[in-house]
Amino acid sequence: MEAYFDNAATTRCSNGAKEVMMQVLSVDYGNPSSLHRKGMEGENYIREARKNICKTLKAGENELIFTSGGTEANNLAIIGAAMANRRQGMHLITTKIEHPAVAAPMRYLEEQGFSVTWLDVDSDGLISLEQLRDAVKEETILASVMYVNNEIGAVEPVAEAAKIIKEKNPLALFHVDAIQAYGKYVIHPGKLGIDLMSVSGHKIHGPKGSGFLYAKEKTRLKPVIYGGGQQRGIRSGTENVPGIAGMGQAAKEAYEEFGKKQEHLFQLKDAFLSGIADVEWAKINGRTGRDSAPHIISLSVEGVRSEVLLHALEDKQIYVSAGSACASNKPAKSSTLQAIGVKKDLLESTVRISFSPENTLEEVNYCLDILKELTPRLRKFTRH
Amino acid sequence: MYKAFLIKYGEIGIKGKNRHLFEDALVHQIKYALKPVEGEFLITKEQGRIYIEALGEYDYDEAMERLQCVFGIVGICPVVLKEEQGLEQLAEDVIEYLKQRYPQPNMTFKVDTRRAKKSYPMTSMEVSAALGGRILEAFPEMKVDVHHPELMIHVEIRKKINIYSEIIPGPGGMPVGTNGKGMLLLSGGIDSPVAGYMIAKRGVKIDAVYFHAPPYTSERARQKVVDLARIVAKYSGPIYLKVVNFTDIQMYIYEKCPHEELTIIMRRYMMRIAEHFAVETNSLGLITGESIGQVASQTMQSLAATNEVCELPVYRPLIGFDKQEIIAVSEKIGTYETSILPYEDCCTIFVAKHPVTKPNLKVIRRSETHLEEKIGELVKTAIETAETIIVDALS
Repeated sequence: MEAYFDNAATTRCSNGAKEVMMQVLSVDYGNPSSLHRKGMEGENYIREARKNICKTLKAGENELIFTSGGTEANNLAIIGAAMANRRQGMHLITTKIEHPAVAAPMRYLEEQGFSVTWLDVDSDGLISLEQLRDAVKEETILASVMYVNNEIGAVEPVAEAAKIIKEKNPLALFHVDAIQAYGKYVIHPGKLGIDLMSVSGHKIHGPKGSGFLYAKEKTRLKPVIYGGGQQRGIRSGTENVPGIAGMGQAAKEAYEEFGKKQEHLFQLKDAFLSGIADVEWAKINGRTGRDSAPHIISLSVEGVRSEVLLHALEDKQIYVSAGSACASNKPAKSSTLQAIGVKKDLLESTVRISFSPENTLEEVNYCLDILKELTPRLRKFTRH
Repeated sequence: MYKAFLIKYGEIGIKGKNRHLFEDALVHQIKYALKPVEGEFLITKEQGRIYIEALGEYDYDEAMERLQCVFGIVGICPVVLKEEQGLEQLAEDVIEYLKQRYPQPNMTFKVDTRRAKKSYPMTSMEVSAALGGRILEAFPEMKVDVHHPELMIHVEIRKKINIYSEIIPGPGGMPVGTNGKGMLLLSGGIDSPVAGYMIAKRGVKIDAVYFHAPPYTSERARQKVVDLARIVAKYSGPIYLKVVNFTDIQMYIYEKCPHEELTIIMRRYMMRIAEHFAVETNSLGLITGESIGQVASQTMQSLAATNEVCELPVYRPLIGFDKQEIIAVSEKIGTYETSILPYEDCCTIFVAKHPVTKPNLKVIRRSETHLEEKIGELVKTAIETAETIIVDALS
């Protein structure tokens, strides 16, 4: 049996998405900027995708900017908003557990003279709204808080955060990295008070190289990519029509029978959590109830290094992700796990298991059986 | 502009009666090196040198890069070929060559002429003198210096006229295949590929063995070793790489022996297995990247402990090198960037916090007796299940 449990890294492209992409790649391949019929055909795919995505967000059709993926969407949101609003203030807010695609642009802006407040999180990975309230100042122009943490599945209180930010400073923009949340939750950014929101296509069974930034109407952004002025000049470059079409299709599919899919994910997670309770030395990081993401589990197995566990599982056709990328000569410890206070010896012993609606209970049970069999054997050979 | 190469070789020129063997090996290696280069080449031996003529269009940069990897080559001279049309034309050709090659010719020079074609109406000395005069007229800033010229302009009169003035250094050493074969213990680190390169440079053909320990080491670590072997193979020619699954042996040692002796005992078994393959494939020695004192398993005591399990000689070309010196070679030969990719190898994975640095042979031997029950079977299985990969830089 094969069990692909690394869906927070990437997902299989859905058949529907693949079909529409094949059509765009080999038949309707026109450049949407071309004036002839072929160009028009290309544009139609973008229009269709835009319509489908906007429906899931309850957003206006002029509120989407297509990008090359989640990283670019985060960069455009953060650098674009900071640069466009710098005269209003130079203060930014974010958290200590953001993905590098948010944290690195923030650090870049620090180098450019902006000041950044990095919010702490508690042992469940959640920010404190009080601390956020204190952090928002008159010169704050942007706050960025992720919706679902990619390593432990913590769900941040973004709706409350939006309220607090707007109360204290109505001019400050609120960005949400929703890359791990879109498709797993119904998110209506307009209603939630979110000004900017990043999404990636390949996390929701769309193709790699696709993504978008939701930007509320009239949000001021400075481009990070300059060129032929496509997408109203905010994101130049010929649109990735096959990618956008595939992502549009995947987004549509993700929200078909949404409640059922979400419930299925929660069932997979619950089954895993109750099964793993029998495995001695196993520990779950972060919350385990329905107040955490339905598809992400952070598992530490004391005394077994993550890479070893990962390869041992791989040998049984079970694919997971190392919670922190670590190797003998490049110890890069996860900042999320450190921020929530995971003990030092567990930092290197953490893997992430992440589901998609395509996974089954059988796969989860198979994985549990294998874990029960492997753990005692692997534990024997720990480094002293 | 260049239509031929003159290949100069040093050491093999003095090998007495065996000389033709070395020359044949060098020709063979040059042919092999040029195989992937676009274009056709005619390679001939003559009077203490090798001559490569391009038959038509070819990629000069690629050919030069490949030739610079052939051991035995001391220098590569890119040659301009001209039709023989009398002295007047020859002088113009030489001047044209200098103009193209040296944008501001202002150095001291000497013309060295050789006549392979003895029917030529002038002697070599006469030709040199005549050409020297013409060059001085054409480039007033150049001066003749017959003792220590900055530029030696070679003119050879053969079927065609050969003009060259530049010698691009080759890697030196001796052609691979002239000195038997050795079995390299290849890990994913910086040292072992360099060790393989250095022994290959002495004309030794290289095979290699790699020990992996899934799931403790990953597919990527294995791929990295194949990639390293491929870079070494650019110099050494194709490498037969044995990939041995070492996990069970490693775990068994871990279970039965004191952990601080783990690395030494493990290495002793690696040597034994490597020697088995070496004997099986007619290698005359083992090759390792060890250097005295670099890590706990490379103290003189540790080296003695791993050495004693082998009957074949163990060649350790880096034995007196500092890490920086090894890194310098690995950067030169192009293995460094691959070597530092961050994947675990099986030597680092079970390392004890305080491994023995001065292992006592008697103690180690006694520890190994704890393994008697199953180790023979495990080693046999590891040998039988080893996979052979033919690593060729050309593929």
